[in-house]
Amino acid sequence: MGNFPGELKYSKEHEWVKVEGKTATVGISDYAQDSLGDVVYVELPAVGKEFKAMQEFGVVESVKSVSTLYAPVGGKVVARNEALNDHPEKVNTAPYGEGWIMKLEMSSPADLDALLTAADYQKLIQK
Amino acid sequence: MLKRTPLYEKHLALGAKLVPFAGWEMPVQYPAGIIAEHLAVRTSAGLFDIAHMGLIKVEGDQALPLLQRALTNDAARLNVNQCQYTVACNEHGGTIDDLFLYRLPTHYLIVANAVNTDKALAWLKNLAGGQGVSLADNDCMLSVQGPQAAAAVGKALGVDLGGLKHNRVLGWRDLVLSRSGYTGEDGIELIIAKKDAGKVWDTILTAGVQPCGLGARDTLRLEAGLPLYGHEYDEETSPLDAGYAWAVKFDKGDFIGKQDLLNGPKKYLVGIELEGRLIPRQGHSVLRPSSLAPLGIVTSGTYSPTFKKPIALAYLTTATTDVVVDIRGQMVPGRVVDKAFYKR
Repeated sequence: MGNFPGELKYSKEHEWVKVEGKTATVGISDYAQDSLGDVVYVELPAVGKEFKAMQEFGVVESVKSVSTLYAPVGGKVVARNEALNDHPEKVNTAPYGEGWIMKLEMSSPADLDALLTAADYQKLIQK
Repeated sequence: MLKRTPLYEKHLALGAKLVPFAGWEMPVQYPAGIIAEHLAVRTSAGLFDIAHMGLIKVEGDQALPLLQRALTNDAARLNVNQCQYTVACNEHGGTIDDLFLYRLPTHYLIVANAVNTDKALAWLKNLAGGQGVSLADNDCMLSVQGPQAAAAVGKALGVDLGGLKHNRVLGWRDLVLSRSGYTGEDGIELIIAKKDAGKVWDTILTAGVQPCGLGARDTLRLEAGLPLYGHEYDEETSPLDAGYAWAVKFDKGDFIGKQDLLNGPKKYLVGIELEGRLIPRQGHSVLRPSSLAPLGIVTSGTYSPTFKKPIALAYLTTATTDVVVDIRGQMVPGRVVDKAFYKR
């Protein structure tokens, strides 16, 4: 179930990463948004802040629960999706598009090696 | 092994998300989502499977004296085909369970929270000396809530509910219908045979009613300031604390917990409206704004789909107006308001 684009990498904590040069766009997977239900708030990281891989970078709140967001790769925040302040539901309606959360300038592209392919991620969530 | 209601297969077919709740596998939401389900109840009508609620039958000539001793409200005020909110307290005035009591033509029926059904049943049986108290486990409940609920149920079942008043009961064919609910809206609750549950469910859905899960049930009751056991109620918390003095009738004679309840409330259940978008959750501390002195604790919190902002229910020990709530280390300003955020 769900939609998992093959060009993205996925973390075990249900974030996705799209790599373009040194920039990594980060969001949460279709499986994650479906599990959370209606998203009503996304705590966005400050631009310029640096995170290590698997470090907490924010939270996403749905009506019924709060979940921690983990940076799937290390790097410095170069952009965040301000549109989510007024429309957090975009995380539900377009998790890989308008629901993106932040863009990182990667400090260590080798972090990508620890991430899952779409096929492996689907195996993980089917367990 | 989780218990399943008679409607389990219906929930699967509708695409519900099922979660464990009080030992039951229950729908938390359908594909519409909690917010859409919530708003359907506020504006039209929603159908809830509440077959996990415990139904306890109390019968025989000792039924009324038992209920008067066991419960805080005055069961003697119920005529046949009336129902009332009531509470079972322990010897210290803490809450064993909060309940809904029906007086039906041949017996009384107590609706218990799923999480407390075994406890309440054992407690009542013990008080009764084993006589006249039993689980009505051939029956179950459905709830239809919202401004269109009575019309939709009436149309679906071919019965006129226009004249049925709040907390009144109508026995119709094999069904028991009451004008009652747990959402802050008008509504109809149905007590039906488990074997008929699927048929009645389908018939009501056909009348254009939105199926709603426990997620929306929680946000709806929270907006209406209605307590939920395990959040606003526990064995240390009295119905007076929860704001239900009207359901504690000191003038009816002796009842369990009365002596402690006569001392009055130990804390006050209030509503808090918060600034910003962070959502308060159970267990978050409520503090005085500048000094950060403790004032109380959040018992329930959510994003309010009706008011589109974070709200909380909290127990305070001091009356105050401005507070901050410690949400994971962030001090979020809030304002104390009536716990019934939503009134129809």
